[in-house]
Amino acid sequence: MQMLISTIIDGLNLGSVYALVALGYSMVYGIAKMLNFAHGDVIMVGIYTIFVGLNMLSLPAPVTILMCVAVCALLGFTVEKLAYKPLRNSTPLSVLITAIGVSYLLQNVALLIFKSDRKFLQSFISLGKLTIGEFEMPIISLVIWGTTLVIMIALDIFIKKTSMGRAMLAVSEDKGAAQLMGVNVNRTISITFIIGSALAGIAAILYAAKYQNVDPYTGSVFGIKAFAAAVFGGIGSIPGAMIGGLSLGLIEALTIGFLPDSLAAASDGVAYALLILMLILKPSGLLGKKRVEKV
Amino acid sequence: MSMLKVENLGITFGGLKAVDNLSLEIEKNELYGLIGPNGAGKTTVFNMLTGVYKPTTGKFYLDGEDLTGHSSIEINRKGIARTFQNIRLFGEMTVADNVMVGLNNQMKYSLLDGILRLPKYFSEEREFSKRADELLAVFDLYNDRDTLASNLPYGKQRKLEIARALATSPKLLLLDEPAAGMNPNETAELMNTIRFVREKFDMTILLIEHDMKLVMGICERVTVLNFGTELAKGETSVALNDPQVVKAYLGDD
Repeated sequence: MQMLISTIIDGLNLGSVYALVALGYSMVYGIAKMLNFAHGDVIMVGIYTIFVGLNMLSLPAPVTILMCVAVCALLGFTVEKLAYKPLRNSTPLSVLITAIGVSYLLQNVALLIFKSDRKFLQSFISLGKLTIGEFEMPIISLVIWGTTLVIMIALDIFIKKTSMGRAMLAVSEDKGAAQLMGVNVNRTISITFIIGSALAGIAAILYAAKYQNVDPYTGSVFGIKAFAAAVFGGIGSIPGAMIGGLSLGLIEALTIGFLPDSLAAASDGVAYALLILMLILKPSGLLGKKRVEKV
Repeated sequence: MSMLKVENLGITFGGLKAVDNLSLEIEKNELYGLIGPNGAGKTTVFNMLTGVYKPTTGKFYLDGEDLTGHSSIEINRKGIARTFQNIRLFGEMTVADNVMVGLNNQMKYSLLDGILRLPKYFSEEREFSKRADELLAVFDLYNDRDTLASNLPYGKQRKLEIARALATSPKLLLLDEPAAGMNPNETAELMNTIRFVREKFDMTILLIEHDMKLVMGICERVTVLNFGTELAKGETSVALNDPQVVKAYLGDD
C-alpha cells in the first residue's frame, strides 16, 4: 500500500512537470500554429542556469530561481524573433525543420560549454516530509502540484479574461482577420513564446528540485515526452495539457514501479504505445476539438 | 476634404493587371458603392485599402493622410475597418468577445495590469465591456452576447461582423458583399442597419455588392469595375444605366 501511494505521488510529481511543459507546447501550437521542438531544450538551458547559479556562483536559491525563469523567457523571445518570425509566412514544414535545428543548436552549445558529462546540482529546496498516520509525503510534492495547479488556473483566466488573452484566441483562429481588426499579431505571438518559455523555466526549477541532475540531452527527451502528453490530452487545450501530463507521469511511474524489472526499462515504450493507441482511437486527443474540414 | 481619396490605384499579379488606374473620392458620411461582375477586382481594391496587398501603382489617402503601403494594423488604427465576403468571425469566441477583440486596439492596460489584475485592469475591462454591450444592442445582438459566434444564424453573423469592425472605431467602413446569401427580408433589414450605422456613427461607408436593389436603395454614388478598370462612375441611377455597364452585366444583344 505504502509502495502504491508513493509510486502515485512520484507519478503525479513527474506528471505535473510534464503538464507544465506540455502547456508550453500546446500554447505555441494553438496560437502560432507551429510545433516548437526546441521547447524541451529551453528546460535544459533552465536547469543549467540553476546549475551555474547554485554550484558555480553560489547564489541564494530565490535569486537562482528568478534567474532561471528570466533566462528561459528571454531565450524563448529571442529564438522566436531570430528563427521563427522570418518564416511566419512560409510552409509549416520549413518552420518545423527550423525548430529541430534550433533544438540541436541549443544542445550543442550546452555540450560545448558544459561537456557531455552529467552535472549534479546542489539541493536548493529542502522541505522535509509530512507524516499523516503511517504515510509519508514529501512536502516538495505538494509544492510541485500546487505550483502547477495555480499556473494552469491563472493561465486559463488570463486567456479568457484579458485583452491580450482575447488577442491570442483571435490570432489562433484567424491571423489575417485578427490583423485587420487591429490586433498586433507579431506582438501576440512574441508574448505567447515568452509565457510558454517562462513555463518551461518553472518546469526546469521543479525538475531540478526533484532530480538534481542535468546533461545536454535532458531537455530534448523530456520535451518529446511532454509533447506526447500534449497530443494525448488534445493539443491546443489547457486542461488537455494538464490531464495528458498527469496521465503520462502516472503511467510512467506505475510501469517502472510495478512491471518486472526486465520490462520496467521499457517505460518510455509504454508511454508511446499509449500515445499511438490514443491517436488511433481519438486523433484529436482526449480533450481536443474535432475539426471538420470544409470543402 | 474627402474622407477617402484613391489616385490611380493599381496592382499587378505576375503580368495580370487585377486593378488598373482606379481613382475615386468619397466624402465624409457618404455611402458609396463599388460594383461590377464577378472577378472585376472589387475585393482586390478592399485588400489594397486594408494593407493586405501592396498596390503596384497609385496612392490612397484617408482624411488627407497617405496610407499607401502601410501595414494592416497601422491602417486599421488610422481608421479603416472592414468586413469579409466570406464571414471571418472568431467562431470559437463569444459574440461579446468578438467585439472586445475589435476594441482591443483602444485598451491601454499593460500585460502586467492584466496578469496581476490591478485596478486599471478592472476599470478598463468594465468600461470596454459596457461599450461592447452598447454596440451589440445597436445590432440587436445583446441577448446573444454569450453565444459562440459560430452558433449564430447567418444574418446575425453578418451583423456581428459589422459590429466588430465598428468596434475598432473607424472613420471609413468597408463592407464586402454584406447581403451575400441573404433572403429579401434579411436584405431589407440590412439596408436599414447600414443606414442606421451611417447616421448613428456619422460613418463613411464604401460597400461592394451584387444585390442591385440594395445598391440602388442606399448608395448615393457608385463606381462600376470590369476587368479591373473603371467602366462608369457617378450617381447610382445614372451609372447603372450606362450602356457599357448594361453590356458588361448582360452582354451584347
